[in-house]
Amino acid sequence: MKKDIAKLLQRKKKQIIDLWMKNQLADASLREDLMSNEELLEQSDELVNALLSKLTDDNLSNAESTDFDDVYEILSGISISRARQGFSPRETGVYIFSLKDALQEIVQQELRNDPVTLYEVSIKISKLIDSFGVVTFETFIKGREEVILRQTDEIAEISTPVIRVWDGIVALPIIGTLDSARTQVVMESLLQEIVDTGSGIAILDISGVPAVDSLVAQHLIKTVSATRLMGAECIISGIRPEIAQTVVHLGIDLSNIVTKSTLASALKHAFTLLQLEVRRKQKETSTLKSNI
Amino acid sequence: MGHFLLVTIQVDLYDRLALNLEADLVQMVSKTGARGVLIDISAVSIVDSFMGRIIGNIANMTKIMDAETVVVGMQPAVAITLIELGLPLTGVHTALNVEKGMELLRKKILVDGEADNSDDEDQPGDGAE
Amino acid sequence: MEKRTTATTRTSLVTVLSKDKVPIAREQDVVLFRNRVKEYATKIGMGIVNQTKLITAASELVRNMLRYANGGDALIEVISKGRENGIRLTFTDEGPGIADVQKAMKDGFSTGKSLGLGLPGTKRLVSEFDIKSVVGQGTVVTVIKWKNG
Repeated sequence: MKKDIAKLLQRKKKQIIDLWMKNQLADASLREDLMSNEELLEQSDELVNALLSKLTDDNLSNAESTDFDDVYEILSGISISRARQGFSPRETGVYIFSLKDALQEIVQQELRNDPVTLYEVSIKISKLIDSFGVVTFETFIKGREEVILRQTDEIAEISTPVIRVWDGIVALPIIGTLDSARTQVVMESLLQEIVDTGSGIAILDISGVPAVDSLVAQHLIKTVSATRLMGAECIISGIRPEIAQTVVHLGIDLSNIVTKSTLASALKHAFTLLQLEVRRKQKETSTLKSNI
Repeated sequence: MGHFLLVTIQVDLYDRLALNLEADLVQMVSKTGARGVLIDISAVSIVDSFMGRIIGNIANMTKIMDAETVVVGMQPAVAITLIELGLPLTGVHTALNVEKGMELLRKKILVDGEADNSDDEDQPGDGAE
Repeated sequence: MEKRTTATTRTSLVTVLSKDKVPIAREQDVVLFRNRVKEYATKIGMGIVNQTKLITAASELVRNMLRYANGGDALIEVISKGRENGIRLTFTDEGPGIADVQKAMKDGFSTGKSLGLGLPGTKRLVSEFDIKSVVGQGTVVTVIKWKNG
């Protein structure tokens, strides 16, 4: 009696798919805007095929069985693509759990006269689909994480523009939080630009850094040290009053670093170091005149 | 003002080679009476604590022989790694490239000369090579 | 096709993609070993800064092994975990071992001029660092550097 369950479900494949589709189409959360019904049918069909072709009475109660590798693969694929398409976790959850309803309904019809077996089979199916559900969620979140990671990379890339502000002076405005991964990117692009341009002075502007805690300060100090190790000087500018306050309150020692409140004053300091002078043209001519 | 020695390290040095370099360089400084040493490490991709110590040693040894050492051309990745490792090469002068290193040496030796012997003040150094 | 994630027991497993064992006996082996690590790091497309950090860490650990244990074995593995690839280095020696590992992992212990263990600095250069030491039996240091870590 028992051993017929897998075969029974395989026989009823058509019905299962139909039922599942019916359940899905009936659900209020159906996203016809994200996926056409044909696509949905194709996806569901593939999954049910894979599941039923591998299902035996043994592995029905063993979701960890390697028999289900194909099923997991398909599920992962569906889940990841849904995450990228912008489905909500709930919508993805409903998708897989409505399969459970379809399977349950079929066994219920077939095993109406044997409540004990029905109960057993029903529990097994429930467990199996739950396990599929867990995987679906895991992969779904992973898919989302991937999207986030990609965006983080993109942000890191676009957010480290090293600017040549003068012959021999480069500046790098930092926008956003400075974590250790970001610090490495900042350091790398700043130092590379210093080498490429042969600039003796680098200005790190932190006007766009929302907060400076001891960790961020440590990253700044590291960047300054690395710049010095290369043989260039590093000035930190854009120290807002709030930043000055937290730095002192936290007892962070920035005394070995040249710090300026604005990029302008940092530039002025850099000019002094390079023994450059910026003067108003008019003034120059008037002093010339008076000299004559 | 005396002349400078320029050492270019072309490969990642084996330890014994690095130790030889240290000995040879100190000998050369003594033999030539050089006032400055430039060590070009632009081709060096790894500076570990051993190599860092050799560089520091050379700087300290030449210093007490009255010559300044400037390390030039350090790769960005090497600088970042040394800082993370906690080896900031304190006491070693650095410059971006050979040209800037020479400039730094001239300035250093000039400043020293002024401090030691104010009579030399009106003879700016021009003998560097 | 996307890599499959199954139930938690099977996720976050480290898979070894290739292995290479290098015996360390002489001082010359340091640079040879470094070049070998560089080969593998380049192969998996590790960036130049992370490569330099990894190779420098490898150099420090190999030196420690030579200095304190007269050499040992170094294992280079290309590993993958989930979507992340990396290099794992395992240094095994049969030296005197470290009596107080916790102390050795503190900044300032036997560093500086004496060319000491420098373990905390080395740890900062890698993504993961593990040390096991038994006095009289030897030390095993394992480090991992992820491609983007």
